[in-house]
Amino acid sequence: MSSPTTGRVGGGLLDPRQLVRSLPDALTKLNPATLWRNPVMLIVEVGAVFTTVLAIIEPSFFAWAIVVWLWLTVIFANLAEAVAEGRGKAQAATLRAAKRDTTARRLKSRASTSDWDVVPAPELRPGELVIVEAGEVIPGDGDVIDGIASVDESAITGESAPVIRESGGDRSAVTGGTKVLSDRIIVQITQKPGESFIDRMIALVEGASRQKTPNEIALNILLAALTIIFLVATVTMQPLAIYSKLINPGVPDSPALNADGVTGVVLVSLLVCLIPTTIGALLSAIGIAGMDRLVQRNVLAMSGRAVEAAGDVSTLLLDKTGTITLGNRQASAFVPVPGVSEGELAEAAQLSSLADATPEGRSIVVFAKEAYGLRERQAGELARAEWVPFTAQTRMSGVDLDGREVRKGAATAVMKWVRDHGGHPTDEVGHIVDGISSSGGTPLVVAERGRVLGVIHLKDVVKAGMRERFDEMRRMGIRTVMITGDNPLTAQAIANEAGVDDFLAEATPEDKLALIRKEQEGGRLVAMTGDGTNDAPALAQSDVGVAMNTGTSAAKEAGNMVDLDSNPTKLIEIVEIGKQLLITRGALTTFSIANDIAKYFAIIPAMFAAVYPGLDALNIMRLSSPQSAVLSAVIFNAIVIVALIPLALRGVRYRPSSAAKLLSRNLYLYGLGGIVAPFIGIKLIDLLVQFLPEMG
Amino acid sequence: MSATAAGMLFIASLVLAMVLVHRPLGDYMYRVYTSARHTVVERVVYRLLGVRPDAEQSWGVYARGLLAFSVVSILVVYGIQRLQDKLPLSLGRPPVTDHIAWNTAISFVTNTNWQAYSGESTMGHLTQMMALAVQNFVSAAVGMAVAIALVRGFARRKSGTLGNFWVDLVRGSVRILLPIAFVGALVLVAGGVIQNLSGVHEVATLTGGTQSITGGPVASQEAIKELGTNGGGFYNANSAHPFENATSWTNWFEIFLILMIPFALPRTFGRMVGQVRQGYAIVAVMGILALASVLLTNAFELGGDATVSQAAGAAMEGKEVRFGLSNSATFAAVTTLTSTGAVNSAHDSYTPFGGMMTMFNMMLGEVAPGGVGAGLYGILILAVITVFVAGLMVGRTPEYLGKKIGPREIKLASLYFLVTPALVLTGTAFAMGSPEQRASMLNGGPHGLSEVLYAFTSASNNNGSAFAGLTVNTPWYDVALGLCMVFGRFLPIILVLALAGSLAAQSPVPEGAGTLPTHRPQFVGMVVGVTIILVSLTFLPALALGPIAEGLS
Repeated sequence: MSSPTTGRVGGGLLDPRQLVRSLPDALTKLNPATLWRNPVMLIVEVGAVFTTVLAIIEPSFFAWAIVVWLWLTVIFANLAEAVAEGRGKAQAATLRAAKRDTTARRLKSRASTSDWDVVPAPELRPGELVIVEAGEVIPGDGDVIDGIASVDESAITGESAPVIRESGGDRSAVTGGTKVLSDRIIVQITQKPGESFIDRMIALVEGASRQKTPNEIALNILLAALTIIFLVATVTMQPLAIYSKLINPGVPDSPALNADGVTGVVLVSLLVCLIPTTIGALLSAIGIAGMDRLVQRNVLAMSGRAVEAAGDVSTLLLDKTGTITLGNRQASAFVPVPGVSEGELAEAAQLSSLADATPEGRSIVVFAKEAYGLRERQAGELARAEWVPFTAQTRMSGVDLDGREVRKGAATAVMKWVRDHGGHPTDEVGHIVDGISSSGGTPLVVAERGRVLGVIHLKDVVKAGMRERFDEMRRMGIRTVMITGDNPLTAQAIANEAGVDDFLAEATPEDKLALIRKEQEGGRLVAMTGDGTNDAPALAQSDVGVAMNTGTSAAKEAGNMVDLDSNPTKLIEIVEIGKQLLITRGALTTFSIANDIAKYFAIIPAMFAAVYPGLDALNIMRLSSPQSAVLSAVIFNAIVIVALIPLALRGVRYRPSSAAKLLSRNLYLYGLGGIVAPFIGIKLIDLLVQFLPEMG
Repeated sequence: MSATAAGMLFIASLVLAMVLVHRPLGDYMYRVYTSARHTVVERVVYRLLGVRPDAEQSWGVYARGLLAFSVVSILVVYGIQRLQDKLPLSLGRPPVTDHIAWNTAISFVTNTNWQAYSGESTMGHLTQMMALAVQNFVSAAVGMAVAIALVRGFARRKSGTLGNFWVDLVRGSVRILLPIAFVGALVLVAGGVIQNLSGVHEVATLTGGTQSITGGPVASQEAIKELGTNGGGFYNANSAHPFENATSWTNWFEIFLILMIPFALPRTFGRMVGQVRQGYAIVAVMGILALASVLLTNAFELGGDATVSQAAGAAMEGKEVRFGLSNSATFAAVTTLTSTGAVNSAHDSYTPFGGMMTMFNMMLGEVAPGGVGAGLYGILILAVITVFVAGLMVGRTPEYLGKKIGPREIKLASLYFLVTPALVLTGTAFAMGSPEQRASMLNGGPHGLSEVLYAFTSASNNNGSAFAGLTVNTPWYDVALGLCMVFGRFLPIILVLALAGSLAAQSPVPEGAGTLPTHRPQFVGMVVGVTIILVSLTFLPALALGPIAEGLS
């Protein structure tokens, strides 16, 4: 599940051409005014300027080689950020194309749908009504207040199949820039000019509205503190070096050390190698790439803070329908009352469901065909049939055909109907109904005028693989709570089958909100999905609220993420991306600090072995000369940034498991690896560098 | 029994003693700091001080009380030294000169006990008892109070307060330090340490000369000197003097006194946060670092690979024959690991790497197990930094004991970690950069550099021991080291209290399978690793030009 799904934007891999394309951006970012937001790299740039001046005053091949690689270090860091941003820019271009200048037919009053004037779309104000017909582009975000239409939303979702948008209910929201394919709708505009969903999307993917997240700020503080420590350590070394040179008057000056102490070029090299440049260079790229990975999965996070919070989530609220179970219940058995044959019941059940377009109704027809061989009849075949549609009042549907009346529906409603028509349902019916309910199923009673035939057993079908996923969640320390409108008995049965930790039955929006508050009281972070207007308060209250794109504007406004695919299961992936983002930061920080050990072993003997030959014992890499040692360390330090750009963009591999296991694995890989890698890398570079001039 | 075996037995018996004593003492301290009752004596003290013992304080009020108390303490200690000739029991000593009095006042109030003077020939008995010994108690109690306040920060939920400084100060002194020090003094007297109010005795020596030997209330001062990890000796020779540390047994007992509170406090911490195992993890970090350091120091000294020691057969220069190599090395490691600074041998004469160990112990930030209180809050800061770096690798924003480590918390923890290295390195750089100050070094070469580095490391980390070989009673060193002591003590304390305040205000995140477990060997190893790596990276250049250069030559 953590492997990149096929999105519209290519996977996480880095295309070398991207590096080249981002180079101009990387060079613009050398401007100190831009760079000051990144104190670590700013220090490197100041060091690069300083050594450039030194190299000009006292030119040598060694000095210029260091100068070049110091500048490359800064450029590589900028490149990482530019590449991460570049991917967003490509996406923004696609979105801009959708934001063509359109005109709108604005209704002058609510009363008449024919009285309108044409205005440019950007002039629309919230609350105004527009009329949109087939073939026209919806001029702005809003809610459908009248009509139903199929809409092509591929401009924002990338999904080519049209979706239905209708007034009332939870599928009323439309997005500006999408296209109506059929019918006619009246839309009430909800956006302010220039703040449309597409505008926000563009800003988000371009990183224009990117703000540092709390954890990023905290990490920056730590990196700044480490930078200061190393700055102090290198600067205060100078009087000690001067003293050491002074008391060993016989030792000749070297490119690393003379009577004025360690030379400026070497001192800057040491500083740059010690300060956490690796993570400093990649930190913002990691953040941008995290958002980008969400975008690739068609999820828009309104803030980086929300992505970070996703990693911390400890309670997931999942709607039963569509997330845990397939969208609808399916007929799984016909249970006749004594005296009625199964075939008779199946036939009546099929008959009553022929005109029932709900998924449940369809499943009854399908089940009758598969289990009892009953040919599916088209509603039109039965000319004299009079279909009785389902209403909220009657809570049943059915058909009147040649004087025969067949009904199916909720047990209480159908039983009442039977009694009203002189029937006397036996206790047996009640037993069957209770039996099905307690097993988690939904009973639908089928009856003819005056007599009950039997009960249809509708069953929720838990999606494949859900139990394993919830087991994984548990190992990650995340509690899953199923939210359902079902009664507690049914809910319990499905909860058991799916393997969730808890459930909230007969849930009202208020219950949901109360549950979230209760979890948050205990210090937990809660994530949920929602689409309806009545979900809005809960979405706003939750720490990670993912609104479905099909949902209402209110829901999308209240959540801090929008799933363009409207797939509630994605919440699990969002949590994983959040975790991956944090792990990547931690792993590269650890790697960066662990790297310093080897650099000391390269540079300290290079600086001081001339005055204290014993210190050459620290040159355990047996680097060929002081100059090549310093240069190799600086080159390694720069190259490692480029080498890790793909990892920063892709994120470290993440497999759901307990914190302790994850930590062990990452500690070995990035802690131990971070200690060992530079020893090998610097040695290899030294093997090449020693052939350059002045390296003897 | 070989010398090595005896040394190992000495160390093993100390470890065993810690195992036995940490639990009852830790539990006792837990009760002291959480009890709601005030004793009669304490209530009298509160009335005299004019404080309401049941009033809870925010971190700011707590810190202000602490600072005010410390400023007054400095003035009192300074005043007594300057006026000692007009006070009783002065033994006819003149007032202490201004820069030494200032340095000493700061030194004892900051629990450093750096001594720029020679005790028996400078201070009268009243100065020793009223100024220095009193500070030995209260400066230790201040350190413990800060540690307890930080622990309360972790333990409390959505609270604006950290307890009451005056109550913590008084209870720490009256209920913990006084009774143990009293018993400790009796044991030391029994072991041969002197306790009287007699003056100077002129004694004819075997060689025909005369020697002035000062008597005094030594045992009472010695007990709290070790128990409160103070380290300021009655005599200039400190614990090498037979009147302070008579035999191998008193030597053992003094180390035991040094270690008992620092190693018991993690137990108190575990009890207060309601998870004893968290305390065990912390004590394990301290124990691993301490044991490794003690064993390495022993190994370097017993190995004795310096030229002189090889010629003499053992690195006995600067060590007391009655203690021997190993027990001196163990004492040296313990005293530098705990910010005590008492010495029973001259660290200056150690082998280069043995001497480096004593420095490295202090550079760790005095956390293994560190000074009373200061060790606990120091290691908790390191745990916070470790949680932050490595904790991210479990895919959650970092938290320790259910408290989130956000921008404010990491800012305070980072600043804490910055203070002492900055003081040590800047001080050393200034001293080494000036030919005038370099003149204070008695040795040239890298060893001279080590002497200066040691002095600033000791002062900034509030250890107080001296490498010796550096003439420090000059105005420049008195002022510079005094500043290091003040900033090295109070800046971290303010930062710790601020951190405690921000932690206490949080509501804790419940622990789950996704939480970084902070009680397992894995975490213990991580804190050990982060501590060693961060400290090594900070100090390696300086160490390379001092002890490492000397040792590898």
